[in-house]
Amino acid sequence: MKIMVALKRVVDYAVKIRVKPDKSGVETQNVKMSMNPFCEIALEEALRIKESGMASEVVAVSMGLKQCVDTLRTGLAMGADRGIHVETDGPLYPLSVAKLLRALVEVEKPGLLILGKQAIDDDCNQTGQMVAGLLNWPQGTFASKVVLDKEKQVVTVDREVDGGLETLCLDLPAVITTDLRLNQPRYATLPNIMKAKSKVIKKYTLQDLNVELKSDIEQVQVTEPPKRKAGVLVSSVDELIDKLKNEVHVI
Amino acid sequence: MAAFRALRKRIVPSFKSRIFASSFNSRSISTLVLAEHEGGAIKPQSVSAVKAASSLSDENSISLLLAGSGPALHDAAANAALCDPSVSQVLVADSEKFSHPLAEPWARLIHLVQQKGGYSHVITASGSFGKNILPRAAALLDVSPITDVIEISDSHLFVRPIYAGNALCTVRYTGAGPCLLSIRSTSFPVSPISADSKSNEAPISQVDLSTFGEDSVCKSRYVKHTSQDTDRPDLGNARVVVTGGRALKSAENFKMIEKLAEKLGAAVGATRAAVDAGYVPNELQVGQTGKIVAPELYLAFGVSGAIQHLAGMRDSKYIVAVNKDADAPIFQVADYGLVGDIFEVIPELLEKLPEKK
Repeated sequence: MKIMVALKRVVDYAVKIRVKPDKSGVETQNVKMSMNPFCEIALEEALRIKESGMASEVVAVSMGLKQCVDTLRTGLAMGADRGIHVETDGPLYPLSVAKLLRALVEVEKPGLLILGKQAIDDDCNQTGQMVAGLLNWPQGTFASKVVLDKEKQVVTVDREVDGGLETLCLDLPAVITTDLRLNQPRYATLPNIMKAKSKVIKKYTLQDLNVELKSDIEQVQVTEPPKRKAGVLVSSVDELIDKLKNEVHVI
Repeated sequence: MAAFRALRKRIVPSFKSRIFASSFNSRSISTLVLAEHEGGAIKPQSVSAVKAASSLSDENSISLLLAGSGPALHDAAANAALCDPSVSQVLVADSEKFSHPLAEPWARLIHLVQQKGGYSHVITASGSFGKNILPRAAALLDVSPITDVIEISDSHLFVRPIYAGNALCTVRYTGAGPCLLSIRSTSFPVSPISADSKSNEAPISQVDLSTFGEDSVCKSRYVKHTSQDTDRPDLGNARVVVTGGRALKSAENFKMIEKLAEKLGAAVGATRAAVDAGYVPNELQVGQTGKIVAPELYLAFGVSGAIQHLAGMRDSKYIVAVNKDADAPIFQVADYGLVGDIFEVIPELLEKLPEKK
């Protein structure tokens, strides 16, 4: 069985982002970019499944500008077998990504598609659910545990839901999206980084995949959130209780 | 931005081929609200979704969709009919297929009900239930959903946070199909009086499931649900939230936070560090990847204030921070800060706080 993993290149999670003065978006020039943390977890899970002998190959996929190849190289250095880059020049919304992924699934025929639960830039939390819907595959979102049963061709997924954990059993092929607690992603070692340079990254265009991008949402503006007014430092517990009583009125 | 414009230019012709063009032209607003229910009542988050629906337009016919099976569903439907005067009908889908919140049958249900009703908007609260189902339903309808909306400017213009709440993005829905939204329930608070007007009871009708189909529905099976039983208020809706971070050092010490919460009638929250260290279960995590809360009072003990955590609580009315590190970023958003050792401050608070009435 083949596992396909989707990787997104985003502004590094530790960067304090700046909104552009013309409100057209967030500054991404000269900002550190890295692999979306949830995508790292998705890739790590795919690699662990392969290492346990349940999968034959891990294919990493990324879509967008040509710099996405860097993200794919990182994925290859972590242990993915090969990469696929769908090069596009504009912004991609989850519906478009889901359609491109569906087209790639038809080419590659993986038994499992693993994605992060959300990208930390657009915070959409949509792509995995959408591609599952398009493929008519079952979905296991927000996974914190994945157990594959190769004989029965099912995967058991523990999901993080409001109020606890939920366990589902999905028939393969299936789509899984990863939550933070699924695993601890590995670091790429230097020899693996060198090895990754000789791994293949195949390029596709929208025409190759016969996917037409259409957009039904338009980003009007991006602004800074309202600033909170400056607070005060209190010096003792008594003063704190006094403030809570007389200014906040909740106790 | 230039690339973005170029892209839009290229995609404009494809709008003409849309099959939903007629419903878009009429411009009338009708909303389907996908509601969650539990124990014979609809959840407060779903009432917030109704609130959001009623702010789309003055003339909006709101239908509430409930699905499930058994008597609890019908109790919930009766409750839903009364939950808000703006609800004009309650649709009930009664089938074993909906006894668990599996995305596959539920997304298909939305698709079916949408095709029959031709709604202009479909709204759900953006909890784990809505986040799981709505995008799948959107894909079936071939539209882009807009998730985690915090403000509705007009019927097609919405504000949502991006980059862990460090920027707000205004998006316009330009599609011809239905507009699918999930809303952040803390941004659409429900007034407690809304449930008393018996005169406004909405009619309840059954959804015809004869065309539902069976093929894909049994590809996923529900196994079990494990939850923490607690008497404390629900984290998402509590008026007061007490949160502990890594500085608590152990699950044993975290009990102090729980005691404090009990005294204040508050819900307990935690940072990712506290959850990962195993002090508390992960459903208590507040932040970008956990719960988003906006209580009246948020008390953070031993929380440094990483951006991912702030994303989940920055809209709280009052924020109190206690941390021994005076440079901790949490103090930049706190209304009241106390620099001190939490192991001294919490016991003192426990002692000096007045007993809850």
